[in-house]
Amino acid sequence: MSALTETPTVARPSRRPTRRTENAPKGPKESPLSRVGAMTVMLVFTLYFLIPIWWLFVAGTKSSSQFTSTNPLWFADFNLFANIGNLVAYRDGVFLKWMLNSALYAGAGALLATLFAAMCGYALAKYRFPGRELLFNIVLGGVLVPATALALPLFLIFSQVSLTNTFWAVFLPSLVSPFGVYLTRIFASASVPDELIEAARLDGAGEVRTFFTVSVKLMFPALVTVFLFQFVAIWNNFFLPLIMLRDETLFPVTLGLFAWNSQVNQIPELRGYVLIGALLSIIPLIILFLLLQRFWRNGLGAGSVK
Amino acid sequence: MRITKRAATVALLTAATVAITGCSAGGGSTDSADAACEPAEGKVELTFTSWIPGIEDVVDVWNKANPDIQVAVQTGPNGNGGTYANFFNQLEAGNAPDLGQIEYDALPNFRVQDGLVNLASCDGVMDAKADFVDWTWGQVSFNEDDAAYAIPQDSGPMAMFYRADLFEANGIAIPTTWEEYAVAAEQVRATGAYITNFSQSDINQFAGLVWQAGGTWFGNDGTDWTVDLTDETSIKVADYWQDLIDRDLVSTQPPWTTEWDNAYNTGAAWTWNSAAWGANSIASGAPDTAGKWAVAQSPQWEAGDEASGNWGGSSTAVFTGSEHPYEATQFALWLNSSSESLTMLNKAANLYPAAKAGLDLPVLKEGVEFFGNQPIYDEFATASGQVSADFVWGPTMTQTYNDVSDGFKAAVSGNGTLAEALTTGQSATIDALKAQSIPVKE
Repeated sequence: MSALTETPTVARPSRRPTRRTENAPKGPKESPLSRVGAMTVMLVFTLYFLIPIWWLFVAGTKSSSQFTSTNPLWFADFNLFANIGNLVAYRDGVFLKWMLNSALYAGAGALLATLFAAMCGYALAKYRFPGRELLFNIVLGGVLVPATALALPLFLIFSQVSLTNTFWAVFLPSLVSPFGVYLTRIFASASVPDELIEAARLDGAGEVRTFFTVSVKLMFPALVTVFLFQFVAIWNNFFLPLIMLRDETLFPVTLGLFAWNSQVNQIPELRGYVLIGALLSIIPLIILFLLLQRFWRNGLGAGSVK
Repeated sequence: MRITKRAATVALLTAATVAITGCSAGGGSTDSADAACEPAEGKVELTFTSWIPGIEDVVDVWNKANPDIQVAVQTGPNGNGGTYANFFNQLEAGNAPDLGQIEYDALPNFRVQDGLVNLASCDGVMDAKADFVDWTWGQVSFNEDDAAYAIPQDSGPMAMFYRADLFEANGIAIPTTWEEYAVAAEQVRATGAYITNFSQSDINQFAGLVWQAGGTWFGNDGTDWTVDLTDETSIKVADYWQDLIDRDLVSTQPPWTTEWDNAYNTGAAWTWNSAAWGANSIASGAPDTAGKWAVAQSPQWEAGDEASGNWGGSSTAVFTGSEHPYEATQFALWLNSSSESLTMLNKAANLYPAAKAGLDLPVLKEGVEFFGNQPIYDEFATASGQVSADFVWGPTMTQTYNDVSDGFKAAVSGNGTLAEALTTGQSATIDALKAQSIPVKE
């Protein structure tokens, strides 16, 4: 037992000095004071962001009677699984349907949005054609327009073609990501060398094939970033579904939980469902971030070095 | 000669109308007045938007019994949570549902926007008037003859929930007038608790208290609106509560929070002047106090009076543009007056019926365990019969609530008074009406 724990501690000192000598000459030496200061600030912010999630988790484990009467930041009887069971059983599992809807809107939407943004950004970066800068500037302008401001005009347009209250009403607007175009363009011009495209052309690859086999791979970190951003944006998008959808079976989880929450005054048992539902609804985002952050960090790093 | 000319004009106009409707096909019927309320031939499909969870089950019962009038349920958050805004958007876009749930205080807003069909000419509607509690009919007819802009659904007659055990243990009499209530408040405070919590942000509740006192906030003489948030009665009610706040005899926690629940759960607050649907709120918010509560009629302004207020309640309206107002009305009448439907709605969402017969539903005659097996809904049935039919809501209630609530929040923290908040709300409401070109008398 003691031997087991000792091995790593022995191994560590031998590794550390080499690293330090490697790093030491590069950055300015930081004082312990500034390090402590920085850590404190980060700690405060970490707590600031994590305490609500902790509160949500603790609340999710409580029965409704203990929810008001016990310490909000510490556990009472552990009812997490009973709560989840109740939530899933409520109204024939409509909550699961909402989760699936959200996954579909966000997953498929972000995938296609990333593809479109990548193609557009790549084209803007690598092809010269009249009006290119104008087009790019218009897209840049699009970054500045908040999605919320577009929801109502979109509703009126979709009403004209009788597409409100359908899957498409939420899905189609999700396919557009001006920020994605901006990011992929910057990234493509930085990380896809013209020479490489030229070489692919000489080898007889068509433009489309070059894009999918060569450029996409080089742009991958940026694409992951765009995907992640867009996925989170669609998952959290609330206003557009609120305006577009009436049919409960089409709701994403955000709208469904909001609708329940608006009923809490008169139907108090919904409060428990909203809490546990909110807890479950952030899990996919956490998983996605953990899975993809490796690529994401690479991407940010690569951009900064160039 | 003249006749032929007119005929020609008519023909031309008709042609033009056909051409126009041809172009905008799919936009639904235009606002061709709501005169015709005739049954349609064949099968009719209706859409109905309501935010009551579980209303699908009620509608299923109707759909099974009425194969020719099929109703599809649409849903969303509660009215002020977004569904009203959606209704207005849909009316604008011409794809509003046939029927929608609208709370009484929002009906005037839809009325001034021409969003509602007057159902008075529809078969059975005026006959049904007698089936609903008088004041609820006043809410949907705006106290006009020959008018019914919606069918009343549920109501929130107010009474006083109180901790029977604590009042008895401390030898404090159950107050029957507001004067006694203030005295009891002092006695309760002496034990360390508060008699109640003054709701700083739920102006609806305060409106219910003004309603009980006989005040009216709005009026409409057919052309002009009057705004009267600061009449003698409203000021009397505001000053009464201001006095209790000043003397620290009521707590002022924000309503519907865990602190608020906790105050009731731990016996720090002893009464709640609330509506019929509040029974469930308190039972779930204060589970540790089960069996210790009771319900009595609201304290009165004059001993011997019998007046109650109302807090909440909604109606089922038919929107302008519905192609089948007749069928929609039949459904709305069934939904809100059949005992089968009312029982289901009560079970699913604690709706307290607006129909007279609904007040005698078996489920509303039973003793309620949380209230020591008192048949509490008998009290609410009595209260419902004592609500004045004169109270009228204004067309911009969301704004009015917000402005008054801002003032109330400031008042409970020592800035200004409740009466001043009403004065601010009064002028803000008049400004809002003018801004929307709604005629208003000052």
